[in-house]
Amino acid sequence: MLKRRITILAIASIALCVFITLVVMTVHNGIVNEFKGKNHRFAGDCVVSTDSLVGFTYYEDFLAELRAKPFVFAAAPAIKSFGLLNQPGSDINIGIEITGIEPGEFSRATGFGKTLYYNRLQPQDAFAHNYDKNLPGCVVGIIMMQGGTDKSGKYHHSSFRSRYEFSISCFPLTAKGALAKMSTGLVNSKTFIYADDSHTQIPKVDSKMIYIPFHFAQKLCGMDGPDKRVNAIHIKFAENTSVSEGTEKVKALWQSFLQKNDDKKYANLLQNVTVQKWTDFRRSSIAPMEKEQTMLLMLFIMLGFITVFIIFVVFYMIISHKSKDIGILKSIGISAISIVNIFLAFAFLVGAIGSLVGAVCGWAFVSKANDIEAWLFEEYGWQLWDRSVYAIGAIPDQVQINVVTLIVISAVAASLLGALIPSIQAARKTPVEILQVNQL
Amino acid sequence: MDTIISATGICKTYKLGQSTLEVLKGLDLSVNEGEFVAIVGASGSGKSTLLHILGALDKADAGNVRYKQRDIASFSQKKLNLYRNGSVGFVFQFYHLLDELNVLENVLLPAMAKHGTIGWFSHKKSIKARAMELLHRFGLADRIKHRPYQLSGGERQRVAIARALINQPKLLLADEPTGNLDSETGNGILKVLEQLNGDGQTVIMVTHDDNIASRGHKIIRLADGKIV
Repeated sequence: MLKRRITILAIASIALCVFITLVVMTVHNGIVNEFKGKNHRFAGDCVVSTDSLVGFTYYEDFLAELRAKPFVFAAAPAIKSFGLLNQPGSDINIGIEITGIEPGEFSRATGFGKTLYYNRLQPQDAFAHNYDKNLPGCVVGIIMMQGGTDKSGKYHHSSFRSRYEFSISCFPLTAKGALAKMSTGLVNSKTFIYADDSHTQIPKVDSKMIYIPFHFAQKLCGMDGPDKRVNAIHIKFAENTSVSEGTEKVKALWQSFLQKNDDKKYANLLQNVTVQKWTDFRRSSIAPMEKEQTMLLMLFIMLGFITVFIIFVVFYMIISHKSKDIGILKSIGISAISIVNIFLAFAFLVGAIGSLVGAVCGWAFVSKANDIEAWLFEEYGWQLWDRSVYAIGAIPDQVQINVVTLIVISAVAASLLGALIPSIQAARKTPVEILQVNQL
Repeated sequence: MDTIISATGICKTYKLGQSTLEVLKGLDLSVNEGEFVAIVGASGSGKSTLLHILGALDKADAGNVRYKQRDIASFSQKKLNLYRNGSVGFVFQFYHLLDELNVLENVLLPAMAKHGTIGWFSHKKSIKARAMELLHRFGLADRIKHRPYQLSGGERQRVAIARALINQPKLLLADEPTGNLDSETGNGILKVLEQLNGDGQTVIMVTHDDNIASRGHKIIRLADGKIV
């Protein structure tokens, strides 16, 4: 029976269903996981932050408490604000996001260090440069610095850093939220020298973000008064602490910190602070992707039903085609259960062979997808997507064994389900019913 | 001689849309062990239906069939399967061999079903020997690896007879066994049946041809659903 053309077609249809499901799920899951990974690296495990540009006070005390806890691997403060960027000699001002950091500690708490190009191995020197020692360095988002990639998705760097100066201006705010320089020039400005660029692979970040030394950011934003303020503390947990568990501990710690400081000056600023897991902190970026993943899952459930139906039809046809044989088997005394078992064993074999063929082909295709795409690009200039437009470095090619297992089990189950009903129907008929029909 | 199978008051009606077709109308029949009975009748007289009911391939609407004094209507599904598998052997007009299996496998099939997976391995040798003996007797020893579609009509029918006999049934039921064959080949098949009967095998054969029916020891003529 396995050698019949219709059986080979059934195996091929199951193989195709498994192949397409495996490829799409691997690529899409890979894109989502990669995107989440980038956001995780960008934010760290947990973020204590306020949306207010005024920031919050007493962060040093809380940082000291955090750093004393064994479940905290690193905790780094950050100043986050908006500003204007101007290149000396140009009258163009660009709106930017400013993040003031201590690069060494910030790199321990987040994946910042890995986003650098020149100082990737010494992230603590992220702001170091070889030009005017009186001017501090800055790290510029790579899209802002280079505009975009070439067609192959690569950014180009020269072996030495050219001298670029940037003047950054901010509106400093008082702890009460008022403009700090109402009577003077309104803004604080400072010139920085390009020291490195940061490639987080999150387009919104890479196109708007400039990192500057923490104390300069604090000064520019007016947060350096007697009651120093920050906007966020990024935390990375120790290896044995999960993100959820660590975040709960930080929340508890923050609650007790709040109680201890509720009678202090500017304690009201502490009320606006939230403690969030990185997934919640980056919710606005991740949510659309997750929604897309949910939609894709729904589509796959529908596809699953269609696959089961296709397999059902295939088996219905095979079993209808074999009804004469069923009649013969029944006429020689083979029981209905044995006949159902024969067809279920057949369906299992067809499902197993089909899904294994599909899984192997899918696996091979996914693992070579980047090579195939690179070859198509080199030979014919054809690309799945323009790397200069989409921030996806490569087609995800890591097949997850649990995904493969789930797909294979589902395909075999679909085959069994597809075969079950027609084989029961066929086995229920009397031998003469089947044989007479075939005789006609 | 003991009665091997008997039928009393057998009725069978088929529904054809709104109308009904009464095929058997209270038919009585009795066959003794070792007999060669030919059931003859025109097309549509109900002879094949009667044979199917005797072989438990179909159920009568009324009446009963007794095999060795036991009413087969009282058989459980399991017993009915055992009856089809071991007590009767059925030979069809259109052979009904499995195309995926070769000659030997086709013949072995009822024995495989009888012994099951485990029993098969312990009886395999003796069953194979019996199958080879039957195939040799029917002149098919050199055809055992052939598929049914590689055989002539007469050869296929002889394979079907060998298959029907593999479990040594007491009763051989043959439904128009020569109906699909030329007269010479058909004659060869009839000779095989006669030889088997000569060895003590009870045979009930259905045919529409009086000449073929005359080869039986006893002729039962069916007309309009009744024995005439």
